[in-house]
Amino acid sequence: MRHTLAVLVENNPGVLARVAGLFSRRGFNIDSLAVGRTERPDVSRMTIVVEGDDRVLEQVSKQLHKLVDVIKISDITPEEYVDRELVLIKVHCEAVHRGEIMQVADVFRARIVDLGRKTITVECTGNDGKINAFEEALRPYGIKELVRTGKIAMMRGTRFTSVSGVRDED
Amino acid sequence: MKMTGAQILIQGLLDQGADTIFGYPGGQVLPIYDALYDANIRHILTRHEQGAVHAADGYARASGKVGVCLATSGPGATNLVTGIANAYMDSVPMVAITGQVPVGLLGRDSFQEADITGITMPVTKHNYIVKNIDELAITLKEAFHIASTGRPGPVLVDIPSDVSAGAMDYDDPGPINLPGYRPVLEGTEEQLNKATAAIMAAERPVLYIGGGVVSAGAHEELKKMAELLVAPVTTTLMGLGGFPGDHPLYLGMLGMHGSKYANYAVCECDLLIAVGARFSNRVTGKISEFAPEATIIHIDVDPAEIGKNVRVNIPIVGDVKIVLNQLLPRLAAKLPGAWKDKISQWKKEYPISFKENGNLKPQQVISEIYNVTGGAARIATEVGQHQMWAAHYYTYTRPRSFISSGGLGTMGYGLPASLGVQVACPEETVFNIAGDGSIQMNIQELATAVNYELPVNIAVLNNGFLGMVRQWQELFYNHRYSYTELSNPDFVKVAEAYGASGVRVTGKSELRPALEEAVRNSKPVMLDFVVEREENVYPMVAPGAPLNKIIG
Amino acid sequence: MEMTVAQALIRCLELEEVDIIFGYPGGAILPVYDALCKAASIKHVLVRHEQGAVHAADAYSRATGKVGVIMATSGPGATNLVTGIANAYMDSVPLVLITGQVPTSQVGTDAFQEVDITGITMPITKHNYLVKDAKKLPSIIKSAFHIASTGRPGPVLIDLPKDVASETIKFTYPEKVSLRGYKPTYTGHPAKVKEAAKLMMNSQRPVIYAGGGVLNSGAAGELLQLAETLTAPVTNTFMGLSGFPGEHPLFLGMLGLHGTRYANLAVTNCDLLIALGARFDDRVTGRLAAFAPNAGVVHVDIDPAEIGKNVQVHVPIVGDVKQVLQAILAHLKKKDRTGWLEQIQQWKKEYPLTYGSGGEKMKPQAVIEAIYRHTRGEAVVTTDVGQHQMWVAQYYRFKYPGTLISSGGLGTMGFGLPAAVGAQIGLPDRLVMLITGDGSVQMNIQELATLVEQKLPIKIFIMNNNCLGLVRQLQEFYCERRYIATEFGFVPDFARLAGAYGIAGYDIETLEQLDKMLPEIISNPGAAIVNCRVDASENVSPMVMAGQGIDEAIDC
Repeated sequence: MRHTLAVLVENNPGVLARVAGLFSRRGFNIDSLAVGRTERPDVSRMTIVVEGDDRVLEQVSKQLHKLVDVIKISDITPEEYVDRELVLIKVHCEAVHRGEIMQVADVFRARIVDLGRKTITVECTGNDGKINAFEEALRPYGIKELVRTGKIAMMRGTRFTSVSGVRDED
Repeated sequence: MKMTGAQILIQGLLDQGADTIFGYPGGQVLPIYDALYDANIRHILTRHEQGAVHAADGYARASGKVGVCLATSGPGATNLVTGIANAYMDSVPMVAITGQVPVGLLGRDSFQEADITGITMPVTKHNYIVKNIDELAITLKEAFHIASTGRPGPVLVDIPSDVSAGAMDYDDPGPINLPGYRPVLEGTEEQLNKATAAIMAAERPVLYIGGGVVSAGAHEELKKMAELLVAPVTTTLMGLGGFPGDHPLYLGMLGMHGSKYANYAVCECDLLIAVGARFSNRVTGKISEFAPEATIIHIDVDPAEIGKNVRVNIPIVGDVKIVLNQLLPRLAAKLPGAWKDKISQWKKEYPISFKENGNLKPQQVISEIYNVTGGAARIATEVGQHQMWAAHYYTYTRPRSFISSGGLGTMGYGLPASLGVQVACPEETVFNIAGDGSIQMNIQELATAVNYELPVNIAVLNNGFLGMVRQWQELFYNHRYSYTELSNPDFVKVAEAYGASGVRVTGKSELRPALEEAVRNSKPVMLDFVVEREENVYPMVAPGAPLNKIIG
Repeated sequence: MEMTVAQALIRCLELEEVDIIFGYPGGAILPVYDALCKAASIKHVLVRHEQGAVHAADAYSRATGKVGVIMATSGPGATNLVTGIANAYMDSVPLVLITGQVPTSQVGTDAFQEVDITGITMPITKHNYLVKDAKKLPSIIKSAFHIASTGRPGPVLIDLPKDVASETIKFTYPEKVSLRGYKPTYTGHPAKVKEAAKLMMNSQRPVIYAGGGVLNSGAAGELLQLAETLTAPVTNTFMGLSGFPGEHPLFLGMLGLHGTRYANLAVTNCDLLIALGARFDDRVTGRLAAFAPNAGVVHVDIDPAEIGKNVQVHVPIVGDVKQVLQAILAHLKKKDRTGWLEQIQQWKKEYPLTYGSGGEKMKPQAVIEAIYRHTRGEAVVTTDVGQHQMWVAQYYRFKYPGTLISSGGLGTMGFGLPAAVGAQIGLPDRLVMLITGDGSVQMNIQELATLVEQKLPIKIFIMNNNCLGLVRQLQEFYCERRYIATEFGFVPDFARLAGAYGIAGYDIETLEQLDKMLPEIISNPGAAIVNCRVDASENVSPMVMAGQGIDEAIDC
C-alpha cells in the first residue's frame, strides 16, 4: 500500500542526498518525493510517498529517524489530509482541436499557460487521481512533454505537523 | 546457452579484451572466482585490495587498456575506494567488479555488506548494482564503454552473489544505448577556425599539455604541432612523457614545482594552448595572475573542464588526437624568433639544480637511475618529494613511461602500480621510485612481486621523514616538524624476509654499481638509498602565489 | 578567547578529555597538526597508513570505552579511512574522525587531494559534517562526540577545509548539545518491561542471546545476574563474546553459522528467546523461517530500527541494555529449572566442539587452546578475519568483558594488527595478543613500524596455513574443491620480517615446541611474532550451509 510521509528536516546542505541515499541503500521504493521550504527558514519539509506494507513502512520510518538531520516523521496516510500535485502538459494541438482541448482543461479546472503554433501548454493541480485522469484525457491529442512536481500534502483541520510532532491548534 | 551469472561476466570480460585481473577473493565473489578457474584470464592475487586497484590502474596507464580489478563485498569493496578515487582524478579507464551480499540480504547490514555504489558515487564515472541476471551482460558492456571512451575513468559494477550464482540462457547483449552519455569527439568548424586564427597571430605561444595527450595517444600530433609552430611545450605532472623530454622545445613541468623557465614562459606568453589539461590548482598558482597576457585555447574531451578554473577564450570540446588532427592541416609553419631566444636564455639562466655536498643527494639517485637505464625504463612513483624529483631529474621520452598519482596524490600507489606496469610490459625495466613513508603504505605487495616473479626495482629515497610535509612545515610553519619524522624498519631485511633482494646505498660511489646490478637482476630488488635528510624540492611556488614568485 | 580554528579544535579535544589521537599528517591538515604539536596533554600516534589509524582508534575505543579519535589529511588520507569507518559503523564503535579538506574556494573543483569525503562516507557514518563556518566548529565538535558516543555508538566524521582551520574565532565551548533530530531512548517502556519479565518468569525453555550491545552498555554484570536469576543458558553472537564468562556452566558459546551445535539446538528448541543488544544478523539466524521457530522473542536494543528488521518480535523494548535489564531484574525472582538444563547438558555432551587429531601438522585449534591455557583467559585478544577468528571464538574462553576485539559486521581482514596497537595503547598494563592468519596479517603489516615506534609488547600469533583458509574452505564445500586464488604462491618469512622491524620472531612447528616457548614469549617484555605453521586442511566446524537452518549444521 502507499503511504504519505511528512518529513521535517534540517535545512542543511546534503540533507536530500542523505535521504535519497538511505532509500537507495535500504531498497525502499519511493513513488514520489517533493521538498521545499516551510514556515521556518531552518526547516525543510519533504513529502515522501512510499510503497510497502506496514513492516516496510516501519523500517522506513525508523531508518529515517536515525538520520540526525531528520527532525520529525509523520505518516499522514490514516489522517484526513489535502494533497496536491502540479502538472504541466504540452499537448499537440491542430487549430481545429483547440476548442476541444480547452474544454477538457475546463472540466479539470486546468489553466492554459502557453500557446504555440501547434501546441498548447496547460497546468493543472490536484491529487493523484485527478492528475492521472487529466493526463488520460489529453493523451489522445498527443502529449509532447509532461512534468509533475510530486505530491505535497497537509493535514486538514486544526491539527498540524511541527518539529515537536503532530499537534492541535490549542 | 545456459550460463551462470559469473560465466556471463567472464564472457563479457573476454569479449572486451580483458586478459588480466587483479583481485582478492572472498565469500561473495566465490561464484566469480569459480568461473575464473576455467577461464583464459590471468589473475594476479595481491595482498590487499588497495594493491589490486592500484595495480590495475598501473596496468591501464602502461598499456592503454582498461584495468580490471575484482574484490569481495564489504571490506573488499571499501578497500578499493582510494584506488578508485585515484583513477577517477587521473582519468584512468578501469572497471572494478565487486561482490555483494545476495539481493534478499541487501539493506539489512548483513555480514560484509557495504553500500559500495553509494560510497563510490563521488569517485566513479558511473557505477551499477546488478540486481537482475538479465542485466549483467549489457551492464558489463556499458561499463567498459563508459570507462574507456570520452574522458576515461573508473566504473564499478557491484554484483550480488545470487546474481553471479544464478543461471540464464545467454544471448549476446546487443548494442548499448546510453542516451545520457554521448562524448563529443570532434571540434566544431567555428572553434577550429577561431583557434587557427589565434595560433597564427600569436608571437609568444606556449603549449601546456596534460594527461589527456597521453591517454588520447596524441603525442605524435602534439610534437608535429609544436615543431610546426616552434612553440615551447610544458607539461603537467600527468602530461610527462606526452612530449619528448629531450626535445629542444621542451620546458619541463610547470606549476608549483615546475621549472622556472616553464613558469616564466606561461607568465609571458600571448597564447596558451591547453591540451588535455585541467588547470589544476597545483598548476595555476594564483588564478588571477595565471597567464595574464594570454589568449587561452582549451582543448579537452570533457566539456565540464572548460572554464571550470580559468576563463577560456577559445574552447574546443573533443578528443585531443582528433582535434589536433583537425587543426594541423590548417596551420602554417613558423620560424624561430625572439620568443625562442628568450626561452633559451631562461633555460640557460635558471636550470633545475641542486647543491652537492658530501652526502648522497636524492636528486643524484634519480639522475643515476636515468643514466643507468638510458631513459628507457617505466617509472612508477609514490607521492611526495621523490615524486617531484622523479619528474625533474628523469627525462621521459615516450608516453606512458611516467606512471604516478597526480590528482589524488596517493602515497602507496607506486609499488602496486609498478607491478601492474610490469605485468603489462613484461620485457621492460620498471622502477618504483619511492620515499620511506610512501613505500610502507602498501609494502605488503612485495609478496605479490615475489609471488609472480615481477622484477621491479624499488628505489626508496630514505630520508627518515615524510619529506614533503616536513618541507611545508619548514617553510610555512617555522620549522615545527609535527609528527613527520619516521622511524623505519630495516628495508634491506624487509626485502629479504619477502624473498626479494635488498641493497643499502649510503654513498655516491655505490650508486651506479648498485643500480646496474638491480637492473641486471631478474628478481624484485629493494634499494634503500640513505639520502640527505632535509633536502627540499625546488623550485617551488608557494600555494596561492603567482607562478613567477618562485622560491629556490 | 581568540584563537585559530585549528587551535580551537585542539582545545575542544582537550575538553572532551581526548588523550590519544591516531593519525597521519598531510598538506590540508597541516594547520591542525601545527596546533597539535603544541598540545602537551594529547599524545599523537603516527601510523604508517591511515587505515592503521582508524582501526587502532577503533580498538582503543573498544578497549577503554572512550571515543577513538583519528586525524588524516584530505584526498587519499580521507579515503584510506573508509574501510575502518565502515568497520566501526557495522560494529557500533564510537569514533570521531577529523579530515583535512582543500580550502573552501577549491571545494568542488577537483583540486589536488580533494575528495568528497562527506559524500563518500554518508552510508557508513552515524553522521558527518563539512565545516564551512568557522564559528560553528566548537558546537560541531561537541555534537560529534555526543552523537558518536550516545545511543547506538558509531563513527562521526568532520571534514575541515584548510582555510577554515586557519581562521580566527572567539572560542567558547557549548555546555550541552541540543539536536532536535537526535534523541536516543535509554529507559525501556515500563509496560514492555513488565511484559518481558512476565514472559521470562513463565518460560520453560528460555535462551538468552546476547550481542555486542551488552558490552557497549557495560551490562555484563546485569546479564550474568539475569542468567543466574532465570537459570537461563546464554549464547553470544561473535560481537557479544566476552560479555558472559566463557567458563560459566550456563554458557553455550557462540551461535549461528559457526556456532556450537548446542547453542544452535538450544535456540531452535527454546520457547523464549531473550535478545539483548543483538541484531539477528544473517550469520546468526541462518534460514530465518527455521530460526527459533517456536519461541516468543523479547528484543532489547537501543536502536529502534534493529527491532523487527529481520525477525518478528513479540516484546520490543527500545532502550539501553543495562538500564532495561536493571528494570527487568526488579520484576524477577530466582527461578530454578532442571529439565531444560539437563537437555542442554545432554547436547553439550553429545555435540562438543571437536577437531581431528590426525596428520603431522599442528592443529590450529590446538594452538588457540594452548594460548588459552598459558594465559588463563587473562589476555586481551585481538583477531583478524577468517578461520583463526572463528577458532578463537570457539576455543578461547573469555573471562572479562571487552577482552575480545575483532571485526564482526564488516569482517575486515587487516583489522587485527592495528587493533592490537590501539588496544595496547589503551591498556598499557595488560597482556595484548593478536591472533591472526597469514593472509590477514599482511594487509596492514606496515603497522609493525608503529608498534615498534610506540614500544608495544604485543604478542602476534600467526596461524600460518599458507592460504586464505576460510575462502578455501568455502571453495571446498561450494565449489567442489576447485581452489583458485586462495593458496598463496608466496608468503613472507614472518620470523625474519620480525627481525627487519627489530622484534623477536619465532617459528613454531609443533605443539610441544609451542608449549615450551609460550611462557618465554608471554613473559618477555618485548613484542614477538610467532609464526605457527598449522595444518592447512583444517576447517572451521560445525558450519551451517547457505540457506539452511542453524540446527542443520554439518561437521567439516
